Amino acid sequence: MSVKDRVIAIVAEQAVLEPSDVTLENTLEDLGIDSLGLVESIFAIEEEFDISIPFNANEPEKSDFDISSVATIIAGIEKLVDSAPAA
Amino acid sequence: MKRVVITGAGTINALGHDVPQTLAAMKEGHCGIGPLEMRDVDRLAVQIGAQVRDFQSDAIFNRQQLALYDRFTQFALIAAREALAQSGLEFSGALSAKSGVVMGNSGGGMQTLDENYRTVYEDGKNRVHPFVVPKLMNNAAASHISMEFNLKGPSFTVASACASSNHAMAQAFQMVRSGMAPVMISGGTESMLCFGGVKAWEGLRVMSKDACRPFSSTRNGMVQGEGAGVFVFEEMQHAKARGADILAEVIGFAMTSDASDIVMPSRQGASRAISGALEDAGINREEVGYINAHGTGTAANDKTECSAVADVFGPHADYLMMSSTKSMHGHLIGGTGAVELLACIMALRDGVIAPTIGYEEPDPECALDVVPNEARDASVEVALSNAFAFGGLNAVLALRRA
Repeated sequence: MSVKDRVIAIVAEQAVLEPSDVTLENTLEDLGIDSLGLVESIFAIEEEFDISIPFNANEPEKSDFDISSVATIIAGIEKLVDSAPAA
Repeated sequence: MKRVVITGAGTINALGHDVPQTLAAMKEGHCGIGPLEMRDVDRLAVQIGAQVRDFQSDAIFNRQQLALYDRFTQFALIAAREALAQSGLEFSGALSAKSGVVMGNSGGGMQTLDENYRTVYEDGKNRVHPFVVPKLMNNAAASHISMEFNLKGPSFTVASACASSNHAMAQAFQMVRSGMAPVMISGGTESMLCFGGVKAWEGLRVMSKDACRPFSSTRNGMVQGEGAGVFVFEEMQHAKARGADILAEVIGFAMTSDASDIVMPSRQGASRAISGALEDAGINREEVGYINAHGTGTAANDKTECSAVADVFGPHADYLMMSSTKSMHGHLIGGTGAVELLACIMALRDGVIAPTIGYEEPDPECALDVVPNEARDASVEVALSNAFAFGGLNAVLALRRA
């Protein structure tokens, strides 16, 4: 599965939706994911890809990780996965 | 001052997943204590406990709820749902704004602590689930009850070890009696039966390895249990106006502190709490027919408690019944007083006194009628529930037949 599909699967599970119902343009708010759902999604993504996502819930706009849509989240994770040391 | 009645009761514990099952088990003298089932149980010196069995949390709560509910919160919500359903109350408007929830609890989310300490210390992982804190905090159970039932008045958690539930219910009682709140949801919950929880208790060397035998000369310690009890405390006129079924009246309470030792009980502290509850309720000692004992099954508690009861009741001590239901459901620590209040309600409402099971031989230092081994039919007007905690914090509640 691609990074994109894996992220969508995690986001869909959090939103209690089918992956096919999640589009790249969706915001987390569109999907009904609240602030707790966001940190739980970030945790699940970190576990899935064994990466560390720089995200502080107090100042999300200053985090070097754009959560404004499913597409930006996927892009951010692809960047982190690419820069992670090879296992 | 307002009069306060109980219009709903709920529980889950080793004797049953609801009140009817629990009372039936108490009437039968059923023992909920058995071999512990948990990870690494072979590393424990104490391998028995009163666990809640056949409990399928995923059949009751959805995935999002389970991510936020430690086992102690799950127990509290199950008990609260039963109590609220029985009461028939729904909270909106002014009733919602003034009614709250006070829960007793000692350990908080011990299962969550245990699992996540394993994750970071044993497994060496550097990341834990983001909900560890909201899951383990002691007030999580009270908060989730407030959210599920729209209780927007005074709500908090009371921690006084083994007296937590009684202190919590005393707070709820005071709030309704003073007119501050028309309805308060109150009780206690605990889930310490995890590896770390039992290991910690082992260290004190007060646990029995085979059974809980309160007041018996052969007693050799306490046995831990788990679960919750939740009650609806309601102002009497409010309850009568809506035709509610009244389970019992709460008529008084007292709280005292031994101010002497962090673990050893005190005869004076206990007797001051018992006599204080009688005074607060404005009743004569001869009116008391049943006491649900703290009765932990330790050498120290049981003899101290019996001597305190003898001090307070004088000759009447020989005419009242006092049993310890911990022999059946174990010691629920911060939740224990709530489950034990059910035995008081059963005595008042059904005329059945729950027994002290596991009783083998009389102890001259516990020479009271402890209702050994078999339940008994008796008509009781007033019942007391004792709780004497580590830390020397005592709380006694008095209930009258409705």
